[in-house]
Amino acid sequence: MSMRQLAIALWTIIVREIRRFMRIWPQTLLPPSITMTMYFIIFGNLIGSRVGQMDGVDYMSYIVPGLIMMSVITNSYSNVASSFFGNKFQRSVEELIISPMPNWLILSGYVVGGAARGLCVGIIVTIVSLLFTDLHMVHPLLTAVVVIMTALLFSVGGFINALLANKFDDISIVPIFVLTPLTYLGGVFYSIHTLPDFWQGVSLINPILYMVNTFRYGILGISDIDVGWAVSAIAAFIVVFFVVGLKLLERGKGLRS
Amino acid sequence: MAEPALSIRGLTKVYDNGFHALKGIDLEVPQGDFFALLGPNGAGKSTTLGVVSSLVRKTAGEVKIHGIDIDRDFSRAKYQLGVVPQEFNFNQFEKVEDIVLTQAGYYGLSMRECRDRCRQLLEDLGLWEKRHATARMLSGGMKRRLMIARALIHRPRLLILDEPTAGVDIELRRSMWSYMRRINAEEGTSIILTTHYLEEAENLCRNIAIINHGEIVENTSMRDLLTQLTRETFLLDLARPIEATPSLAGFEVEQVDASQLMLSIEKGQRLNDAFHQLGEQGVDVVSMRNRANRLEELFVSLVEQSSGSAPQGGEIRS
Ligand SMILES: Nc1ncnc2c1ncn2[C@@H]1O[C@H](COP(=O)(O)OP(=O)(O)OP(=O)(O)O)[C@@H](O)[C@H]1O
Ligand SMILES: [Mg+2]
Repeated sequence: MSMRQLAIALWTIIVREIRRFMRIWPQTLLPPSITMTMYFIIFGNLIGSRVGQMDGVDYMSYIVPGLIMMSVITNSYSNVASSFFGNKFQRSVEELIISPMPNWLILSGYVVGGAARGLCVGIIVTIVSLLFTDLHMVHPLLTAVVVIMTALLFSVGGFINALLANKFDDISIVPIFVLTPLTYLGGVFYSIHTLPDFWQGVSLINPILYMVNTFRYGILGISDIDVGWAVSAIAAFIVVFFVVGLKLLERGKGLRS
Repeated sequence: MAEPALSIRGLTKVYDNGFHALKGIDLEVPQGDFFALLGPNGAGKSTTLGVVSSLVRKTAGEVKIHGIDIDRDFSRAKYQLGVVPQEFNFNQFEKVEDIVLTQAGYYGLSMRECRDRCRQLLEDLGLWEKRHATARMLSGGMKRRLMIARALIHRPRLLILDEPTAGVDIELRRSMWSYMRRINAEEGTSIILTTHYLEEAENLCRNIAIINHGEIVENTSMRDLLTQLTRETFLLDLARPIEATPSLAGFEVEQVDASQLMLSIEKGQRLNDAFHQLGEQGVDVVSMRNRANRLEELFVSLVEQSSGSAPQGGEIRS
């Protein structure tokens, strides 16, 4: 395929993915918005007023970046996981397999489509948060880079999950048993400095901690960890996940008999 | 000489469960051909076409589409190919028009380039009214036609149709035949068709291969195959019921019921002789038809020969 054909094909997948989550917005965009509003009201307003300050900012402002990140992570992941698995299940994935598109392009299309949903929800949550607090971004560029990289990383994760999944249950296991706990423990609601030394150490092996903190640093200018190191780590994870996703796609388990 | 539209050499497929679905088949489909790949259920037709369309991984062998090896330049080889699979494989929640246009995008064609063609295809296949309908809302026959439109959107040079008329009513089937003939004749698209309606294959196809238990048991032109037919069986409807089966010198006759006879004729025998004898015995024939379509008779005998008369994998007990 020529460069132009490749570009059109990539764009086609992305548009198809975006159209999908827009079409079913009551399942894709609405629920995270409602959940996050609840978090803002309960943790931010009601409980937050008793907590007072965390790392020198008021509690509501402290949790906003974490909650935005949390919705970006879960939505990027589950978009690709359910969309690609759904296509596998309905066999419409065969449309992709018989086409002349190279595997890297198929993977990229899904990943960008999933990241688009993550970012869409992230923007909605950000807008909702403005009802409760003022946000001034200290480092807008860094904020954007981190949130986009995170969305891409978890999109690829969702893709790998969908490739390995044999039944619908298999695509909810990781979000429930891995992503949610890691996000809650990733410093969304607290600074790890409030933890005893031992648990601070344990927290540092949680990759989501780095994303949440880098993102919070972008917005508030405060972080528990070294931001430069975190950005490189996320980039490295994206590369590794992408290569794994590509290898699995090439092997075609569950796609080609 | 022009490269064949499809050339298969020594194709073997062993599924993960150890089942030998294809045992080294060779097949050649000339450019512009209308080719029938026939065989009983489970013979390996879909497996063969699956390998060609890369939905099934081959175990060994070589597949070339218009001279392009699918292992060497898979992107260019796939570009030549349009596939209508046996099972529905589109997203049930997408709209008819979106399904066709999205497929075009996968081949690198922009919306602008293929809007007109999409409209043409949907009109030709009687789906234009349904273009905004969700695929799930289509009838079975419409879903098949949707898959044909989708397969043709990028103007493939070779079209694979795996039972395209299964579950399609007779009137519609006829209109699909004339449509397939047209794209074969006018656009020069080579077509490979599998079907269990042998009348369809006889009507449409110039060349034919019969596959059984993963082996090609016959591969020839339709005309040559039909001349191999050495025996034809006719059903005769009688004006008046008869009591005893008439006996005709040199012919095999069986009574189906009081007013119907079954008459078998070997190559070289003349129908006239049979009618003459029937007339002499006072049997009055008002109408006559083939018991089975000619290809059907041949097919059954070829498949039986190659199976050693053993019943096929999933025999149905009645
Ligand atoms: N994924 C699979 N794993 C194991 N065996 C399979 C698989 N797919 C098909 N087979 C077996 O391979 C054989 C050939 O199947 P295939 O689908 O090619 O038959 P077919 O000629 O298309 O039959 P039909 O007319 O019923 O569509 C069958 O015995 C089938 O059970
Ligand atoms: Mg089949």
